[in-house]
Amino acid sequence: MPTRTPMEVSIAVAKAVQQADVDVIAAYPITPQTHIVEHLSELVANGELQAHFMNVESEHSAISAMVGAAAAGASTFTATSSQGLALMHEILFIAASLRLPIVMVVANRALSGPISIWNDHSDIMAERDIGWIQVFCETGQEAYDAILHAFRVVRDPNVVLPMVVNIDGFNLTHVIEPIYLFEQEELGDYLPEHRQSLKLDIDHPITMGPVGIPEVYTEAKKQVEDALINSKQVILAAWQEFGRRFGRAYAPIETYRVEDAQILLMTMGVISRTAMGAVDRLRDAGKPVGLIRCRLWRPFPLPEFREAVRQASIIAVIDRHISLGAHSGPVGQEVRSALYTLPNRPQVFDFVLGLGGRDVTVHDFLEIVELAEQYATQGPPESEYTLIGLREV
Amino acid sequence: MIEIRFHGRGGQGAVTSCEILSMAIIEEGRYAQGFASFGPERRGAPVLAFVRAGDKALKLREQVYEPDIVAVLDPTLLRIVDVTSGLKENGWLILNTKKTLAEHKPKLRSDLNLAVVDATTISMDILHAPIVSVSILGGLVRATGIVELNSLEKPLLKRFGALLARRNKEALMQAYWNTAMA
Repeated sequence: MPTRTPMEVSIAVAKAVQQADVDVIAAYPITPQTHIVEHLSELVANGELQAHFMNVESEHSAISAMVGAAAAGASTFTATSSQGLALMHEILFIAASLRLPIVMVVANRALSGPISIWNDHSDIMAERDIGWIQVFCETGQEAYDAILHAFRVVRDPNVVLPMVVNIDGFNLTHVIEPIYLFEQEELGDYLPEHRQSLKLDIDHPITMGPVGIPEVYTEAKKQVEDALINSKQVILAAWQEFGRRFGRAYAPIETYRVEDAQILLMTMGVISRTAMGAVDRLRDAGKPVGLIRCRLWRPFPLPEFREAVRQASIIAVIDRHISLGAHSGPVGQEVRSALYTLPNRPQVFDFVLGLGGRDVTVHDFLEIVELAEQYATQGPPESEYTLIGLREV
Repeated sequence: MIEIRFHGRGGQGAVTSCEILSMAIIEEGRYAQGFASFGPERRGAPVLAFVRAGDKALKLREQVYEPDIVAVLDPTLLRIVDVTSGLKENGWLILNTKKTLAEHKPKLRSDLNLAVVDATTISMDILHAPIVSVSILGGLVRATGIVELNSLEKPLLKRFGALLARRNKEALMQAYWNTAMA
């Protein structure tokens, strides 16, 4: 039986990485991902995890080391946040293009400036198009489970792509909560051994990362795109198998009290749990409000999303990143474009909140639902998105 | 659902209080979240830490704005922070103070329940350090009964190791039996 253990979410994440039996970890410390790699370094130092732990001089080096190790056939893990992820930027595309099965936690934190160590989604939203699989987590249990899913998915010969597990910084990484931890033997063959058919091997030399001349670049990109789109089947199968074996089911778009809902809130990450509390309150007051939570962000689950919102007349999309100079946040843009070609589509209103660690409360969601109703009946706001909680300065 | 807010100063152990208490609640098979209001940690600066407990999975991830219980680890905070802000009617205020109930009670909202414990003296005597994370819990548990004392043992052991856990247990019990309530 899995043991119900009170622990900090970061420690549970490190435990999952240990159970995945990684070979190489490279990391550079940055708040708030620090506890994850600190604990991994302890596990390695204590001989509880037989892995090579590389202390590197920057995040650019951390991801470069991951690329090198993964190209040589190692199972690899790193974690970062905010500026650290931004510093990795150019290498992230290469990791996907080289089809390297790296698993990385992003403990989501605001990008500077002004300098902020606190939680929002601006770091990962700046890396939407890197070609990595990207998921979000709402609880510590989900974060622990997501690491196990990630190693199963990236090791699948039909995927072989890198994957980001997004865990909200502080608001999830640093929370103590009950987490069911598996014994290694309970996991059994859910986690396959890491076997990479294409790798750098002096006995069987191959070339990785050559120039993509104009005659092949488009096709090379199309192959990464196909691999990413096709990874969805493997991800869904990994979640189904996890549910079948261990009783916790996951889906790319998850719903909460959506029966007959006219208004849908749409969230990602830890604030989804607060949104549930708000939905409970609104339902008690007789309002037909439901919640959809996007777990799989890349590849974007288009059919599942369209199905989830089919009956609704209003979607209130929550963005935790401000897309400067654009007409709405990245999730709002994604949702609008996903619906544009449909003959009948709900009205979409975009709300930006919780930037740089500003607390997201039940009250915020109640206000958002009220505003969305108001926009639907009295006409949309002047701006295509609404910034919630903005103080006059 | 029960919500608790700890007021302390950086280095005094408010985050540790919240860790140990949330773990103890979870050890009892209930649900809990223990979390702090994180910032660039500075020794001596006012800090907040929170515990939220419930019998069902918690559908709430905001900070604690209307606590049922407030614990204050440093009496000097009373002069600079409104520690009872949002504290529910008939809520509990747990103070680390050398003063008596009678000296504090008249200054408080009349509906509130008050518990006082000289956690600093207890910690100095037993731990030889002004770290009151565990001794304040003695007062909190005595006043509110939020967990069984036994439930704290595993978290103490996990957090401090055998030797320090034993001394902290002693501080916990000293504080527990020397808490005055009204």
